[in-house]
Order: sequence, then structure tokens, then C-alpha cells
Amino acid sequence: MAEAKKLRVATCSLAGCFGCHMSLLDIDEKLFELVKHIEFDRSPLTDIKTCGPCDIGIVEGGVCNAENVHVLKAFRKNCRILVALGACAITGGIPSWRNNVDLWDCFQEVYHYGIGLEKGQVPNDPELPLPFDKVHPINEVVRVDYFLPGCPPPADAIWKFLTDLAAGREPKLDYEMLHYD
Amino acid sequence: MSKQDVCDLPGIVARWQHDSANLVQILRDIQESCGTIPSDTLDQLAKLLGVPRVRIEATASFYAFFHAESHGAYEVLFSDNIVDHMAGKEDLKQYFCERLWLEPKKLSEDGLVYVDDTADIGLADQAPAMLVNGLAIASLDKARLDLVAELIRAKKPLDEWPPMLFEIPDHVRKAGPLTGEAFVPGAALRAMIARGTEATLAEVEAANLRGRGGAGFKTATKWASCRKAEGTAHYVVCNADEGEPGTFKDRVLLASHADLVFEGMTACARVIGAKQGFLYLRGEYRNLLERLKSVLAGRREAGLLGQNILGEAGFDFDIEIHLGAGAYICGEESALIESLEGKPGKPRNRPPFPDRCGYRNQPTVVNNVETFACAARIVERGGAWFAAIGTPQSTGTKLVSISGDCQRPGVYEYPFGVAVQQILIDCGAEDAHAVQVSGPSGTCISFREFDRRIAFEDLATAGAFMVFSRRRDMFEVARNFTHFFAHESCGFCTPCRVGTSLLKHTMDKLAAGKGSAYDMNEMKKIMHVLRGTAHCGLGHTAANPVVHTMEKFPDAYERRLKRLDFEPAFDLDGALATARLITGRDDEWAHIADEP
Repeated sequence: MAEAKKLRVATCSLAGCFGCHMSLLDIDEKLFELVKHIEFDRSPLTDIKTCGPCDIGIVEGGVCNAENVHVLKAFRKNCRILVALGACAITGGIPSWRNNVDLWDCFQEVYHYGIGLEKGQVPNDPELPLPFDKVHPINEVVRVDYFLPGCPPPADAIWKFLTDLAAGREPKLDYEMLHYD
Repeated sequence: MSKQDVCDLPGIVARWQHDSANLVQILRDIQESCGTIPSDTLDQLAKLLGVPRVRIEATASFYAFFHAESHGAYEVLFSDNIVDHMAGKEDLKQYFCERLWLEPKKLSEDGLVYVDDTADIGLADQAPAMLVNGLAIASLDKARLDLVAELIRAKKPLDEWPPMLFEIPDHVRKAGPLTGEAFVPGAALRAMIARGTEATLAEVEAANLRGRGGAGFKTATKWASCRKAEGTAHYVVCNADEGEPGTFKDRVLLASHADLVFEGMTACARVIGAKQGFLYLRGEYRNLLERLKSVLAGRREAGLLGQNILGEAGFDFDIEIHLGAGAYICGEESALIESLEGKPGKPRNRPPFPDRCGYRNQPTVVNNVETFACAARIVERGGAWFAAIGTPQSTGTKLVSISGDCQRPGVYEYPFGVAVQQILIDCGAEDAHAVQVSGPSGTCISFREFDRRIAFEDLATAGAFMVFSRRRDMFEVARNFTHFFAHESCGFCTPCRVGTSLLKHTMDKLAAGKGSAYDMNEMKKIMHVLRGTAHCGLGHTAANPVVHTMEKFPDAYERRLKRLDFEPAFDLDGALATARLITGRDDEWAHIADEP
């Protein structure tokens, strides 16, 4: 009976480290149970490149460049429910530490003065995503429906969250699942 | 006041009895004599006081008026309340900076002068106003600023500046028993001794006096409970940390009716059995310090303070003045006590309340300046006299500090129960559109509610009454207040520390024309989090200005919304500009179109 009503889920990692995706895989043997309820659309797990109409979009990482915005807007457009997964998507996280460094200084250091560089040039290929001067949490770019905190959020929290949604319940996490120290 | 002198650290520490509980006062004195609190002083201070450096650093970094980097020989702080803005503060500040060739928040090249903003300094009736090296100058205009700029350029020491610059008139427009009737120092204490202590407490009870700080707790209940509480010593604390923007009635009471306040404190001391009292005076009222000290000296001479007051054996009581250092939160009684103990002003967990566990964990009565003044009158004239004024639930008179769009700003003393409409007529505010009652943490009422009354049972107030005419944008009023709360949050609890900043950022986003209905809903959610989870009243009320104006002046918000669904928090394409410059790119992928 669940077959007919499988939730379609897309995932992506923007300015993140894929740690949240690793935590998703950490659901381990319960993944077998999970795939009875959901199927994946665009995701690093499926290697599908563009996001089609989905029930849930899960976004890891913050927004650090123009491409991130395009991906994020496509997710928002196609996904009924958009979820910010983990610290970077929610606050900008570790990538946002660069917000204290001027972008000019950053490029100079990386492409001109870095050890071992000779006659460095700043790359200008249009294929390379153009960085923003600051890294932003995703809720500053699109409307976000749910925030799942943690670095990464524990597998159990992701499991509980997804199964709640699959069952049509308002997701609810116990304090233990949100408590990290 | 000459700055940049080498400060006499051991002397200052000795003046404060080598007691680390006086740390805020010690740091104030260092700051006042050196102009800064240099980092190496903290080490010396730690040794002299025998406490860890981190304790000193915690306090030194908490208060807005303490800073480790030099602010030059002249530190000029412009009061940043919305009323100051309405009176042209921004233009005047810019004018002043241009005259002196400097930028705000940046020490001038020659190390002479530093200009910045500060939270409301209690001169809303004489806005715009500023502090120069901690001393208030009111009613600013270009002529006054020209004079100040000239004096600074001539490097004149502050005590040689024309005294008229520092004159602050009281502006009592409607007087009453507190502000208009003569008081003979000692009259209340004599009546008290004649009547007896128990009977005096009964009079305060019969008067049904309620706290004037805004919460309206019954004073007699507080005193009786503190009297009963056991401890090694009892304390009386007068809360003169009048930080609520738009409030300045305590300044007037202290400037011209200090005897009434001190007499109320002394009567309270007799009731609860205290030997020591404190007046916690906000740092912004530094200009009142000498005057208050001389009133205290006069009272000691007249036998109204000190040993055996009025010849009564065992009636010993004295009052010490502690100055704050620019922290609104210290108006909260337990934060005030922490500050009196030399710590950062962070509110304590309550209960236990100060009446049982206050200063140095001993039973302490903390009352507002106006409450003590009322108490003195009650002790002098009896409870029945007081109870006959006002309404049954809110007896006596209330000082209202009126500012903003009206012809006659100042202090008005009304019997409780007066209608807002009446006040507006009296102060000359015929075109009033809205009134912020009791400051940012209070209530914003619209013209539809001007029949409401000033009383604990209707509009409770600590005294602020800021009037806004039809011309004013109520969104900007609320935005100013969100900046105030984000600055003044003590940072102890996450809901308040983060919530006040989120409110500020969202209001700024709306102001930049990037708002959406989503942002409005977010602010409502933040309000619920603040009300439900913040540690103290600051957090509980920090969203009030936004919520009230959203409810009563929705147009002011709606015309700022760009889209109904959602709008990014920043200019997406603009945020790529730097990278476009660096890489020299201008291709399609180097831009983001403005579309939902």
C-alpha cells in the first residue's frame, strides 16, 4: 500500500561538507525500511542532475555562490516541503567563517600569494560558480519550512523526521535528539 | 576633568575599601581619570583586589561606558532615542562630525575626539541631547554644537566650559505633592518617630502605595516581608537606573527633590532595620552626582543620616551612591544588585526575590526613586491622605515624562486615573496619532484608544509618554526600539540574545524595502519565543514595539512589503559584484535575476 504513495525526495549539498548526507546514510539498516516510503529524485545518491517535482527537498550547506542560488531556487520551486539540514544550511556554519575575510584578500591569498604559486591568475571561466562576498544561511534566500539542527543532525533525528513526514504527521523531535553536549 | 592622566590605581582601590564588590565603581573611576581602562590595568587590579583577572574582565567588558581603546580627550555620545531622531539628531550629528572633520565611531587622527551614539540619556523633553565625557548637554542645535566644537578644538578642559551648556531645566509643567509642595527635611522621620515603626508600616499599607517602576508591586508588602526576613544585615536600595527610553521623571526628582527620596529611603531603613542604603544612579546622570552628595552631606549634618538619627538611639543609617555605566538591564532589580556587587548586570533567577535574598544575599528592599518619594509623603501625611488621591487600585499621583510631538514636553504630576486624552490636551499634542506609554517595553496605543487611563488597572506605566503625530512613521519608531533592545540585551539567555538581533535584522530588511509577509510571520514567531522563554522582563517585552505597531498601524508595514510570499534577506546580484570585479566576469552565470 505504501508503494503507491512513496514520497519523492530530492537532496543536495551546497556549501557543506556532505557530512549531513553521511548522517542520512548512517540510518543504516533502517534505510531498507525508509526506501519503502520514499524514493529519490535529484541527489548525490542518484546522480540525477536536475530537480523535478518532489514532496520533500533536503538542503545541506549554506549559500556561498551563484550556482547555489540557482539550485536552491529550483528546489524551492519543485519541492512541496523544503528542509534545511544541519548547521551550515541553518546558520552558514563553518564556511561562513570566511565572512570575516575580505573577498579580495581571499582571492589574492589563494591565487597570487599562496605557497608554490607562480604568476597566479584569478580563474574567470563562466563554468566556475561565482562566489558571493559572504556565505548566507539558506533561509535568507528562499522560504524554508523546517530546520533540522546539528553538525550533523543525528541519523535517528533524520529518520524520525522523515518517517513523521511520510506518515503525514507534524515532525516532532525529542529533546535528546536536539541536545548535543 | 582632565583625561589621559596616569591614574592612581592604588588610590582608587583604597577609596573603595579594596572591596571587589565595588568593582563597577572602581572601573568608573579609572575610566574617568584615564579615559580608558587599559588592559594592563586589569592585571594590576586583579592583584590589588585579590580576584581573578577574568572576573574583572567580565565586568569591564559588560558595560557600554567602559572601553579598553582610547576614545580621545573628548568622548561625545549622541542620545539615540526615536525622540532624538525626530528632533533632528542625525543631521546634527553629521553637522558636528563635519565641523570637526571626523567620522562617527572612529577616533580623530589627532586622538582628540570620538563621536558615537548611546541609548536614551533621560533628556527626551530636551532632545536632541548628548554626553560629553559623561556629562549631559541638552537642547542641541547648530549654535550649541558650534560652541562645543570650538571648545574641543581649543582643548579646553571640561570644567572651564561655560556652565550654561550643562544647565538642565526641570520642566515641571504640572506640579503635585511630589514636585510642587515644599518639603521640610526630617518632617517624615519626625512623624515616623512620633507614630512608631509598626504604625508607620500600617500607614504605607493603608496608602496602598504600589511600586512606581512599572510593575506596581505593593510597597508595604515588600517592606513587611523584608522586615521579617532573617539576615546578618538588611539593605535599602533606590533604583535610579532610569534607562527606559523616554523616561526622565527620576532625573527631575533627584535634581530638585532629593530630600524626599532620601527621606523615603531612611523611613524604609527604619521599618526593615537597615543600616546601609544605596542609590544606584544611572551613569548618564553623572551630572547629578555632586549635587546629590551635597544633599547627603547636608542630611548628615542635620542628623537625618548617620548614627542615632534625630537622637533616636540605634536609628543608624547612611546612604552611598553607586553609579551605573551604561546598561539598561541594570534597571531590573536583581541585575542592579549584581551590578552593586561589582558584577556584570545579569538578572538573577527569581525567586528568591531581593526582599529575602538581595545585596550580598541579604534581605534587601529595592524601590524606584518615585516610590521612595511617595513613601516619604505618606509617612509625613498619613496613608488616608494618599489613598484619597487617584483610583482605589492605583492610589496617589504619577509622574509622567512627556516628550515627542507636543508643545510642552516635560514632567507632569497627575492623580492616577487620568485619561490619555486629557494629558494630550495639557501638553499641547492636538494632532497626536500614537503614544508610546512606558517606553519601548510598554504599550503603544493608537488614536482610537486615547480614552484609556493611566493606572495599574488600565495603562500601567513607569512614566514614559512619547507622543507621535500623524507625520511620524510608526514603523521607524518600532525599528528604533528593536535596535535599542538588541543593543541592551545582556546576552545571558539565548532567546533574548538571538531573538532581539533577529528582530532588528528583520526590521532593517523591511526598512530596506525587502520585506515579505513571511518576515512578518517570522517576527510574530520570535515574539512567542521571547515571551515564553526569555530569562527576564527585557526579553519578554522586547517584541512589544513590533507587535503593537504591527497590530495598530498595519499600513506602516504593508507598504514596505515587496512580495507576499518571500523576499531574500540581501541583494543577491549585488552580493556577486565584488567577485565580478575580481574575476572580470560579466557572463550570464555571473548574474542572478531578481525573480521569485
